[in-house]
Amino acid sequence: MSAPTVTDGATRASVPAAPRKPKRRVGRGLLWAFSALVAFWLVAPALVVIPLSFTDKQSLAFPPTGWSTRWYENFFSDPTWAASLWSSIQVGLLTTVVATVVGTAAALGLARLGPRGQTLARGALMAPIIVPVIVVAVGTYALFLRFRLLGTLPGFVAAHTVLALPFVIIPVSASLAGLDRRLQDAAAICGANRWAVLRQITLPLVAPGILSGALFAFVTSFDEVVISLFIQSPYLRTLPVQMYGSITRDTDPTIAAAATMILVITTSLVVVASAVALRRIKHAR
Amino acid sequence: MPADLQSGGASITLRGLTKHYGDAVAVAGIDLEARPGEFLTFLGPSGSGKTTTLNMIAGFIDVTAGELLIDGQAVHSLPPHKRDIGMVFQQYALFPHMTVAENVAYPLKQRKVEKGERGRLVTAALAAVGLDGYDARRPSELSGGQQQRVALARAIVYSPQVLLMDEPLGALDRKLRDTLQLEIKRIHAELGTTFVYVTHDQEEALALSDRIAVFNAGRIEQVGTAEELYDAPETVFCAQFLGESTLLQGTARPDGGATLVEGPGVRVHAGRGHHSAGAAAVVVRPERITLVPATDDAPAGNAVRGRVTEDVYLGNGRKLQIELPDGSAGTVRETAAARSACRSGDEVWLTFSADDAVVLPDDGASAPTAPVAAGAAA
Repeated sequence: MSAPTVTDGATRASVPAAPRKPKRRVGRGLLWAFSALVAFWLVAPALVVIPLSFTDKQSLAFPPTGWSTRWYENFFSDPTWAASLWSSIQVGLLTTVVATVVGTAAALGLARLGPRGQTLARGALMAPIIVPVIVVAVGTYALFLRFRLLGTLPGFVAAHTVLALPFVIIPVSASLAGLDRRLQDAAAICGANRWAVLRQITLPLVAPGILSGALFAFVTSFDEVVISLFIQSPYLRTLPVQMYGSITRDTDPTIAAAATMILVITTSLVVVASAVALRRIKHAR
Repeated sequence: MPADLQSGGASITLRGLTKHYGDAVAVAGIDLEARPGEFLTFLGPSGSGKTTTLNMIAGFIDVTAGELLIDGQAVHSLPPHKRDIGMVFQQYALFPHMTVAENVAYPLKQRKVEKGERGRLVTAALAAVGLDGYDARRPSELSGGQQQRVALARAIVYSPQVLLMDEPLGALDRKLRDTLQLEIKRIHAELGTTFVYVTHDQEEALALSDRIAVFNAGRIEQVGTAEELYDAPETVFCAQFLGESTLLQGTARPDGGATLVEGPGVRVHAGRGHHSAGAAAVVVRPERITLVPATDDAPAGNAVRGRVTEDVYLGNGRKLQIELPDGSAGTVRETAAARSACRSGDEVWLTFSADDAVVLPDDGASAPTAPVAAGAAA
């Protein structure tokens, strides 16, 4: 994020302009220092796990005194870790598909409602991010117990979809709000029926919102821990649940290796999505 | 223009067409017929119901009551995509994710037109609007005028029998508007399609239309050719909305072959109009009035006293604002050849022939303030 500013500064320095006032330079320096501090504060806890995962000791002592990749070997050779990673990916992908389809449909429906209906329906759909997760978790547990969904793949996908829906609805609704309604009218008068309008006009134009919703849905599912703790079983356990169990039982640095991998997966997803979005914007110009 | 794009125009019939939004009446029962191949303009101020009516014809707005027929077929319960109508929107409404050629081909694709034929028609339509060679561009790479040409090409490429235009030049600057007006007129003449054109710009309406329907408060005040509307307005609203006019208010009674209208400081004979009793307004167009200095005796015939408040030189003539006996303002235009000596501040007589005075029922509704473009109209 700082890159454009640096380039900007460099260009300006090369121009033989009037000497800058020292006061302003001090102010800029302070601003930089403060910004760097905030950035460090935000990412430091996450970055600590990276060196930790390469420690050679059987403890999470920071900073590490020696280096090894044994915890990564352990992660992939231990069947419980590998299985939980696979479970997380499966649940995450299925949740992404279900939440993106349902959430996009919900956003399209919301856009057609009157103002009062929209407020009500939106409130209900947004509830999962307002109601305390622990409450949802207890309720989900009780329901799943009754319907024998505990520890099942459909159960996990259903529970995670509820949490992920708002993160799909918000960006898709935002894209829809920016869409010129007359385009749909124009397509209709050109002879396109409702389904054709949706497929050929509306969906392609709100695709960036859908893509960002899908990404959020995956990330939401991938690092969900509270509900997953309640509905897990020894046969189906997602990665964050496995990590939580691991840290309460034994402080094994494998958890740092797992955390690093989660960090890498989610970060690269976001980077890829941003790159795609940027290319789309350039293309649109 | 290639023959492929021509279409026999269809007639459009509105019978008691009505639109309510809750208690609010947007369109209050309109009866109107657009003849096949006609260029019909809906002219009116914003909120007069003209755009709502157009959207009902297109099928974007449900009809509350009444009938809508195209070529004698009731279409008011058909969805827009089954009406086979073309439409051009004010903000172009081009599909931003498609190229120019894809935009123009879109209606043909919906109609499952075979690919080779499609390419031929797209080329013909783009040529018709003067955009040959723009096929691969994106709408975002085009100027506003070019985008509207693409929209026009998209609307004519499938030869619909009816073409609706919703203030298509509203977003463009003056010069571009004049050029595109001429092109729209040419395309209408070449295609033979029935055009229904919505605008609030009276000059645009006068320049383009075969007939004009003047909308006001959800009703049609009058339908007629530009000449009919200008020379024989049927309501005070029409007289004031279309062109400039001087309005003299009073009470009417028959007097010989004409109608005598008497009011404060007003005693005039009107030879035209169909109103001869009760509250009345006499309308006189600005170029029909001759000014006579008030130092003379009252001239014979129609004469109303007034004072020149403004005197604007226009090169080819003059435009004068006159304060009338009841305090209202009148407008007079003089050609350079027939300039009087009257100047700002002078007391004058406004004289005009009874044949140039139209008597109308005075509905009490104070006329709208003169339209913005009025100054340049005549």
